[in-house]
Amino acid sequence: MAEHREYFYRRLHSLLGVVPIGLFLILHLVVNHFAVYGEESFNQAIDFMESLPFLLLLEIFVIYLPILFHAILGVYIVFIAKNNVRRFGFFRNWMFYLQRITGIITLVFLAWHVFETRVQIALGNVDLNYSLMQGILDNPAMFWFYVIGVVSAVFHFSNGLWGFLVSWGIAQSPRSQKIVTYFTLIVFLLVSYIGIRSLIAFAYGV
Amino acid sequence: MAEQNTVTFIITRQDSPDSAPYQETFNVPYRKNMNVISGLMEIRKNPVNAKGEKTTPVVWDMNCLEEVCGACSMVINGVPRQSCAALVDELEQPIRLEPMSTFPVVRDLLIDRERMFDALKQVKAWIPIDGTYDLGPGPRMPEKKRQWAYELSKCMTCGVCLEACPNVNDKSNFIGPAAISQARLFNAHPTGEMNASERLEGLMEEGGLVGCGNAQNCVQVCPKGIPLTTSLAAMNRAAAIQSFKNFFGSDNAH
Repeated sequence: MAEHREYFYRRLHSLLGVVPIGLFLILHLVVNHFAVYGEESFNQAIDFMESLPFLLLLEIFVIYLPILFHAILGVYIVFIAKNNVRRFGFFRNWMFYLQRITGIITLVFLAWHVFETRVQIALGNVDLNYSLMQGILDNPAMFWFYVIGVVSAVFHFSNGLWGFLVSWGIAQSPRSQKIVTYFTLIVFLLVSYIGIRSLIAFAYGV
Repeated sequence: MAEQNTVTFIITRQDSPDSAPYQETFNVPYRKNMNVISGLMEIRKNPVNAKGEKTTPVVWDMNCLEEVCGACSMVINGVPRQSCAALVDELEQPIRLEPMSTFPVVRDLLIDRERMFDALKQVKAWIPIDGTYDLGPGPRMPEKKRQWAYELSKCMTCGVCLEACPNVNDKSNFIGPAAISQARLFNAHPTGEMNASERLEGLMEEGGLVGCGNAQNCVQVCPKGIPLTTSLAAMNRAAAIQSFKNFFGSDNAH
């Protein structure tokens, strides 16, 4: 493996984006959806998640380290591209460009989000519960920042899932790649809905 | 078109590999059915620019003049393509000619495509049959497969796919789609297949397969209509399997 270091890192980058980061994203947004059923049920769900055994190890190996690796190599990948959508305005070239833009937006959003929640909780400044998110999303500017962040993350995941299936040679023919495009479009719409729905529940209580 | 008697070319020129590029305009006498190359030949015959000043003739590369050698690729009105197949009657005027920006300029429109030939070496895009004795005839290729492989064999290393690819540039070491598709061609050949893993190893080296970001411009611009993105995905699959074999070991010779 040592002689194919770049190959290994890039394929690992592609894999980590789907497993575990993509799965974690979906899990996170699905658990957030408890907010729609009321403060009580959200807090219950959070208490359960927080009571998982080996929580810190799970967080480190399933969330923090994979995201850190994906983000660092990802910024490098953004840097080495020379985007040319003005000269070549094809659909997939736009997706390529948007994948890079949403990656950067997601990174900024994530840094802010982790600081505002996980770091503040760790410092003992706030408690993890419904009212924490309610307090944050009460501010319309923050609400829209979160909407953009969530949609970016979900787009990056959905289009990245397409890229994963092509980069590992699972979707090979033009027809199969087209079918995967429609499939990932549905994933994008559904997961975006789940994410935004809970933001609305936090911000407006409906 | 009868009333039109000149064609205007705006050409991005460069005197040497390191000097700054500049634009020069030429008015060339119109002839019926002329292509960009015949326009450039007119400039060579009479190297006088639109201001009436005598200048050096414009340098470009060409060979076959029938879109099979790939030498005369340049950016014509913003589109990378072969200048031999670019008919003046079908182009908007003035016709803007630029060298392909992905490659180092030697002079004017003449570029150095050596990186593409290096890429072919990296993936061993040939079939090794040299030896000390006659190996006899190789295995036969089914006719259906031959017809399919013929499409891949149309690649003329023209560089248009590299010009369109956002990941082929001076910041990245990506070898580009052309060589990857050629590796697929030779891996599909019944004799070439015997060295398939060597080509896959080349594809896993620095600048190989993983440089692809699936922008898929290549397949849109290829003048030969080669299914480049299908080739890339097919090689991705083959390389993934090869990398598993390398890592875990395999009972099958590989």
